[in-house]
Amino acid sequence: MDIAGQKSNSKMIFIRSAIVTAVLILLTIFALLPIWILIVNSTRDHFEIITNGVSLIPGLKMFKNIGQLNEWVEQGKIQYNALTGYVNSGFISLCATFLTVLFSTMTAYGLVVYDFKLRGAAYTFIIAVMMVPMQVTSVGFYKFMLNVNLTDTYFPLIIPAIAAPAIVFFMRQSMKSTFPLDIVEAARIDGCGEYRTFFQIGIPMMKPAIAVQSIFCFVGNWNNFYTPCMILISRKPEQLTLPMMVNTIYTNDKINDLGAKYVAIMLSIIPVVVVYFIFSRFIVEGVALGGVKE
Amino acid sequence: MNLNKRRSISYAKFGYLFILPFFIVYLFFQIYPLFYTFYLSSQSNGDLVTDSVGMDNFKIILSGQPTTTPGHEIAKRAAQSASKNFFRVLGNTCILWVGNFIPQIIISLLLAAWFTDAYLKVKGKGFYKIVMYMPNIITAASVAALFVMLFNDSEYGAVNNFLVKLGKEKVNFVAGIKGEARIMIMIIQTWMWFGNTTIMLMSGIMGINPSLFEAANIDGATPTQQFFRITIPLLRPILLYTVVTSMIGGLQMFDIPYLYNAQAGAQNITTETVAVYIYNNFHKTTAPNLGYSAAASVILFFITAALGAIAFVTNLEEDPRSAHAKGRNKTALKIKLGGA
Repeated sequence: MDIAGQKSNSKMIFIRSAIVTAVLILLTIFALLPIWILIVNSTRDHFEIITNGVSLIPGLKMFKNIGQLNEWVEQGKIQYNALTGYVNSGFISLCATFLTVLFSTMTAYGLVVYDFKLRGAAYTFIIAVMMVPMQVTSVGFYKFMLNVNLTDTYFPLIIPAIAAPAIVFFMRQSMKSTFPLDIVEAARIDGCGEYRTFFQIGIPMMKPAIAVQSIFCFVGNWNNFYTPCMILISRKPEQLTLPMMVNTIYTNDKINDLGAKYVAIMLSIIPVVVVYFIFSRFIVEGVALGGVKE
Repeated sequence: MNLNKRRSISYAKFGYLFILPFFIVYLFFQIYPLFYTFYLSSQSNGDLVTDSVGMDNFKIILSGQPTTTPGHEIAKRAAQSASKNFFRVLGNTCILWVGNFIPQIIISLLLAAWFTDAYLKVKGKGFYKIVMYMPNIITAASVAALFVMLFNDSEYGAVNNFLVKLGKEKVNFVAGIKGEARIMIMIIQTWMWFGNTTIMLMSGIMGINPSLFEAANIDGATPTQQFFRITIPLLRPILLYTVVTSMIGGLQMFDIPYLYNAQAGAQNITTETVAVYIYNNFHKTTAPNLGYSAAASVILFFITAALGAIAFVTNLEEDPRSAHAKGRNKTALKIKLGGA
């Protein structure tokens, strides 16, 4: 290639790169702007917000807003209590994540390590039901829970987590490609029982996949609005999860301090955002692996 | 030989034991509720009556015929309000899905192509990916709350406040039934999902043999030509997979359409999706319409099953990347043959 051609080519690349960077910056702004306005408005008080709704410069009134929020909580005006929400959502999410990850790994291990008659059928079944939407079974699930008096308890939110087809599918895929079956044979020769092999060899070797799935499970459960809403029918304040609390606050007409409302929303997303930025690399890689199925 | 055989039999037992908890729980909390939903779809609505009504629930939500079962005033009124609802909410769901999927796939395809283009000099790709995926991970309830606060119909909403300042008319972004609320939901959904789709498509593009792009580059193909002649055709299996999974996800769209409302309980009729319809019908505190809800669920089940079957037939269910690899070989072969 002659020098002139090379020059024009590199010029082209430069121009293209500039355009691409500009579009990327625009999309970054698109992705971040709502969150930024949320942060800004949660630091401004009611009057600042009604005189000027959109501002990009944070104010200094965040603690005043939090104070207002606490006052309403004490007066019993709202059912939003960020700390209770953290504890409730955290408890449900931790339990559900633990069960999902443990039993999904176990199921996948069973499907990969052992050869049994119904193995193919079991795997086909798991794939087939992977995409059945929650909504399809929810009427029956709700009525069933009503019949056995389990509404207004956390059991229906935690126990079903044991059966998570999408996670089993993912675990099986990653076990197939990374787990050496010889090691199970070796453990057997050394006299190691099957369960012990699973807990002491299987699980430690699956740690990376378990870590990725744990993050997704935890966030998924934390964000879940549909199931808690369906099950916790009495809406007892001490039982509400964080998303349900958020729902009670912005639809509440009795309270009219915009700053406090914004701060309530902000408090509800802080844990997720913090978790996200700690694990972002993991998460983005996990998505690329097709690990999330919402 | 004998020993071996005995061994394999005894290990098979462990296979069943390991997968047993999953299947027991699945049976109780998914299979049984599924059949129960089918059963409930043939039962009457309301608090008081539990009679079998045959296919009436389906007839009512699909055709709008008034109820034939004699009985309760409440049940009759419920039937009137439920009639012909299903097609309306299915229509809403489709419109909302199409309206969020098209911008999302365009943005995501462009971004994925750019992020994987080795010739572009763009810094901080990792940063962009992390930022663009972030909206997907934030609690949908909080996202809806935030957007309702920002786009509130009153002048207290940040955007309407801004519009009034500029001397413009307020817009009913939330309660509007002329499409304003729909457009807002499409924007929110796009905002939440474009990062996710980008990353999925990127992993697809990275599976394409890089020498194809190199060869195209040497032959002087422009980036646009490369995008339409190499990336898109080779990405087709993954694209199809993305469309089908997004469609199934779209049918379940609940959080944003349900929560993006100014007042709780008063659903904007232009943004009521199938999932919202199901939920609203069975979750009423007085006279819950379990029958209509269940009937809608059953229809939703068959639609999803049909879509799932499409995914299965195109052999994408197994593993999108292996199907993709197959597609790649085929196309690579075609390119070779065409070149020769």
